[in-house]
This record gives sequence, C-alpha cells and structure tokens, in this order.
Amino acid sequence: MEQIIQQFFNVEIMIKALPLVIKGLGITLLICAVVIPMGAIGGLFAAIGSLSPNRAVRWLSIGFVDLFRAIPPLVLLIFIYAGLPFAGLSLSPFVAVTIGFFLNNSAYFAEIFRAGLLSVPRGQTEAARSTGLSQAQTLTYVTLPQATRNVLPDLLSNVVEVVKLTSLASVVSLGEMLHAAGLVRSLTYNASPLILAAGIYLLLLWPLVRVIARFERRIAS
Amino acid sequence: MEQFLDTFLNPVVLAKYTPAILQGTMVTVILSVLIVLCGIGLGAGLACIRAYRVRLISFVIVIFADVLRALPPLVVILLMFFGLPNVGILLSASVVLFIVLTLVLAAFAEEIVWAGITATPKGQWEAARSTGLTFTQTLFHVVLPQAMRMVIPPLTNRAIAITKMTALGMVIGVPDILGQATTAQSFSANASPLTLAAIAYVVLFLPFVIASRWLESRFASPGA
Amino acid sequence: MTTPAPGTATLEVRALHKSFGALKVLEGIDLSVQRSEMVFVLGPSGSGKSTMLRCCNRLEEPDSGDILIEGDPLTGPGVDLNKMRQRVGMVFQSFNLYPHLSAMGNVTLALRRVQKKSKAEAEDLAIAALAEVGLSDRAGHHPAQLSGGQQQRVAIARALALKPTVMLFDEPTSALDPELVGDVLDVMRTVKDHGMTMLVVSHEMKFARDAADRVIFMADGAIVEQGPPEQIFGAPTHDRTRAFLSRFHG
Ligand SMILES: Nc1ncnc2c1ncn2[C@@H]1O[C@H](COP(=O)(O)OP(=O)(O)O)[C@@H](O)[C@H]1O
Ligand SMILES: [Mg+2]
Repeated sequence: MEQIIQQFFNVEIMIKALPLVIKGLGITLLICAVVIPMGAIGGLFAAIGSLSPNRAVRWLSIGFVDLFRAIPPLVLLIFIYAGLPFAGLSLSPFVAVTIGFFLNNSAYFAEIFRAGLLSVPRGQTEAARSTGLSQAQTLTYVTLPQATRNVLPDLLSNVVEVVKLTSLASVVSLGEMLHAAGLVRSLTYNASPLILAAGIYLLLLWPLVRVIARFERRIAS
Repeated sequence: MEQFLDTFLNPVVLAKYTPAILQGTMVTVILSVLIVLCGIGLGAGLACIRAYRVRLISFVIVIFADVLRALPPLVVILLMFFGLPNVGILLSASVVLFIVLTLVLAAFAEEIVWAGITATPKGQWEAARSTGLTFTQTLFHVVLPQAMRMVIPPLTNRAIAITKMTALGMVIGVPDILGQATTAQSFSANASPLTLAAIAYVVLFLPFVIASRWLESRFASPGA
Repeated sequence: MTTPAPGTATLEVRALHKSFGALKVLEGIDLSVQRSEMVFVLGPSGSGKSTMLRCCNRLEEPDSGDILIEGDPLTGPGVDLNKMRQRVGMVFQSFNLYPHLSAMGNVTLALRRVQKKSKAEAEDLAIAALAEVGLSDRAGHHPAQLSGGQQQRVAIARALALKPTVMLFDEPTSALDPELVGDVLDVMRTVKDHGMTMLVVSHEMKFARDAADRVIFMADGAIVEQGPPEQIFGAPTHDRTRAFLSRFHG
C-alpha cells in the first residue's frame, strides 16, 4: 500500500511536475482549438459532398471518409511526421499533428453531420425551396440548424474524442500534457506525473461525458 | 514520380520488410479479435448486471465506464506499462495493450448496450413479466434481442475505432503493424515501411468501415 | 412587376408530362387559372394531383411541357428559379414549418434572405401576414407550441407574406383533427376574398361547393372533366367522376 502511494500518488513529485504539465495542458488546448473547428468544417463539407446528387462528388466524399476512418490516427501522424521528410517535406510536430488530426477528425465529423442532415425531413427542404431560398441558403438557415441540434450529443462526444486524441501528439514530441508528464516520469522513474495528467484529463472530460449521457437520455425519451 | 516511388514504395525495401510487417499484421489481428470479443462481452455483461438496478453495483459500473471513456487510452497504457513494474507487477507490452483496450471497449459497450436496454419500451417488460417470465428470462429473451437492432451499428463503429488503437502499442514496443513498420523505417531510412503499414491497416479495416456503413443504413429506424 | 397583358392566365400549364422511372404519373395536363380564381382539384389517391402541384413550383422537374406565371416561363434556360418561386406560394399537407424558428422567424426567413428586406420591414410584413391568418398574438411561438391548425395557418402566412401571384395548396387540412379544419378553411376563404389566385388539392367537398370557382376532376394523370362546382357535384358527365363522388356522399 505504502509502495503504491509512493509510486503513483507521490505528491512531492506531482508538485514538481505541475508547471511542466500545466504548460503541456496549454498546448493540448491549443491543438484542440485548432483541430476541432477545422475538423468540424472539413467534416461538414465532406458530409454535404456525401449527399450530393453528383455521383463523382458523392463517391469522392464517401471514399475520403471511409479511408480516414480505416487508418489509425497514429499511423497517419507518424506517416506525416516521419515519412514525408524522406520526400523532402519536413513539417514541425505541430503542423504534422494538425494535418493528421484534421484528416482523421473530418472523417468522424462528416459521419455525424451526414446522419444529422439525413434526419431532417425532406419537407423542410421543400418548404424552404418553395419560398425561393437557394440550396445554400436552405442548408444554412433551415437544414443545418436542425441537423446540428439532432446530433448534438454525437458532436460533443466527438469533441471528447479529439481532446483524448491530442495525447497522441506526445509520440512526435509535441510538448502537450502527456508528453510533459511522460518526460517527468522518465526523469523520476515514478508514475505519479502520469496520474497527475490523468487527473487533469478527468477533470476536463468527465463533466462533458456526464452532459452527453444526460443529453442522450433526453433524446431517447 | 520515380523519386516518389523510390521513397514511398521502394521495391527493395518492401521486399525486405514485408515479412516483418506481415508478422505485425498477425499480431494486430490477434489482438483485435481478442479485444473485440472480451471488450464487448465484458461490456454487455456489465450492462446486464446494471439492469438489476442494485444501487451500489450500478454506481461502480457507471464510474468505471465514465473514467475509461474520459481518459485517453494512451495515458492508461503508459500508466500500466511504466507504473506497474514499480510495484512489482510485470506485464508484457502486448498484455498491457490488450487489457487497456479491452477495458476501454467494455466501457463504451456497457453504455451502448445499456442505452439499448433502457430504450426498450416498458410495455415489453410488463408483457413478458405478466406471462410469468422471470426478470432474467425477460432480459435475455425479450429485451436484449430487441435492443440488438439499436445497438449493433454504434457498437460496430466503436469496436473499429478501438481496435485501430492497437497501433498505440508501438509506443511501448508491441510488435504490431505500426511497431514493425517504425522499426523497419529507422533501419532502412526509407518511408516505404510506413506506406506498407498504412496499406495494411486500410486492407484490414476498410471492409469493416464499409460494413458498418451498410449496417447503419440497414438498421436505420424508419422515419429517422 | 409589370402587369400582364389582358387575357393572360395567372397560371398556365401546357402539355405537362411527368414520369417516375417507368411510372407515367402525368400524361399531358393542360390547365389555366385566371386571376383571383380558386380552382379545386379532386381525384383518387395516386392520380397525380400532388405531382402536378409540385411541378408548378418545380419541386418536381417536369419531363416536358410549359408552366407560365402571368406569361413568364417557369421552366427553360435562363429562368431564375428562386425568383420565380417567390411568385408561387406553396402550402403543404404536413405544414413543414421550421421547428427551430418561431412563427415570426418562419415567415421572415425568405423575406430577409431572398427578398433582402431589412429586419424591421420583414417583421412588419410578417405581422401583417400573421394578422391575416388570425395569429398576430402567436408571433413568438415555436411550431411545437402551436396546434396543428395554427401551424398550418402560420404556413399559409409564410407563403402569403411573399406576396405571391398564385398559391398552391396540397391537401392543407388532411393532417388536421376534424375540429381544427374549419379555422384553416376560414383563412383560405379570407385569402380568396382578398383576391388571391389559388389552386387547391383537397377533399373538403362542402368547402369546394361553397368557395371554388371551378372544380377539376383528375384520374390516372389526366384531367377527366372540369366545370363550376354545381355542375361537377350536381351533374358529373363521366362515370369515373360519379363513382368517385358517390363515395363521398356515403
Ligand atoms: N418521388 C416519387 N418517386 C416515385 N414515384 C412517385 C414519387 N412521387 C409520387 N410518385 C408516384 O406517383 C403517383 C402519383 O402520386 P401523387 O402525385 O402523390 O398522387 P396524389 O397526390 O393524387 O395522391 C403515385 O403512384 C406515386 O406513388
Ligand atoms: Mg397527394
């Protein structure tokens, strides 16, 4: 017992690790702030494309989504970060992470928006078009607001997934929270910094997980 | 173009490292199958236990599911792999990866199956109980079969997302596809092993992604 | 807007054909509706009434034929469809109100985004339209807070506010509880009395008898016969019309 506390819940080491871990948290949040809006917008376009009457656009969009749902994000990230330099394209860890997560995330957001758009009854589009709204206006003012509301729990769920995903950036030495905690762990040979990082992730994400659960229950009933 | 092929699909490098990556593929496949079977089994079991609505037990299950859904799997993997030896528990990298991803999948599966159970109309429970079926019989013969329809598509999606995370094993040295590919890449100073790894994942997972799309359209509730 | 030459029909449909795959739904519809006229369309289910109406707003694309609004073509190259649609109001069986917007928001959306009116101007027009359907006190309500009859009246206001040349109604009362039908019909009567040109698909026979200027009977994608209500209801000339009407007299 003593040993477990010493190895996992060592307050002294946690306090030492705290400044670095907090700085890492800043980078974690920065990645989220860049990747979540980008992924959502990319996903929205892919979703619209996947519902296009144009066959080529539709298959391209679906192909994009399925491809990036099949490739693990870490594989994508390492390919971009460690593979592309061989072709003379060296990217900073931050740019590599942004591109990799953008591609991965767009695919997931696309599936969610697609389901949302499909959940809006056809009559809504017809009513809007019958009053002279263009296709783009109909999407902006009529279908998309309803679609978004219908899949709000899934969108939030995906936001949680993105925050968790940022931990992968540690693999390419981008100093986000897990990387910072891992660094202190390797210096102290003590797992407490990882517990600290885990605690912060919980603090950040547990409330969201609860909110989503509540949302889902409300929609189910 | 030639240079591109040389860098990303170099025949010499490919020939040399394909066997290693095939070995890695076997590791990925075996781990994936075990994780899916154990994770979904455990998660469904927990959801059934929760259906008996024993307060304390339900509470523990909810906490388990919440924590594992809120924590990044990589954090838990590192914690177990680097932390446990310090308290005298030695587990191989593959076992750590298996345990963590099984628990994560179980957490999600529990929530999904539970949602399916609660979405079954109360009248179904009442009808079954009124014919003398026990609670357990009602759960297994009436409620779960109906919940399946609702549960299979999200469960498939989640199972794919989590088995893909076997790639995280590379960080602690599991010789899976990505692990083999990064090793090969550093030895060969060429990106081809990574290309091969990406192709291996696509070949492995794309059929499931496409199947899940099909399942979703098939099970999509009418009027939704 | 220019005044059309005298003698030009408000809505003119010529040789309209429409198929869904192998299924021929409209087989040459010719129809003209004069200014301020209310024309009723009757016919068995599946006879193509909705399809004809939807072609008049190009929610369905006609295979061939012409549709003219005060002489201006709705189909063909160079037609600004969204502009033309402003002149053809449509009221749906299932209301199709936007659930995320208030009654006011439903009515002002196209005024603001298509007609580019200012917020204040759009709201004034919306209030006038909502007053015409008797719902000026419900402007802030969302569809979910309104009864079916009220929702349909908001939908009428939404079309009316754009000051269309002609309004199309596709079974506007079929989805309503019987006790709510009267309010909607009263509104339609008011709209007619204010001079609106209306093409109405509906099975409200009593209303048709009282309010319609002309009744059309459709079957199998073609117009079987038409005439003033007294004639169609009193002395139908075709067997199919008689058979159809007898079911309604029970
Ligand atoms: N989008 C469509 N695709 C295929 N068939 C359709 C479509 N819309 C209508 N139909 C068919 O066209 C025929 C006429 O339908 P409709 O115009 O709705 O008739 P009505 O309104 O007179 O009941 C029906 O057989 C219907 O099944
Ligand atoms: Mg119809």
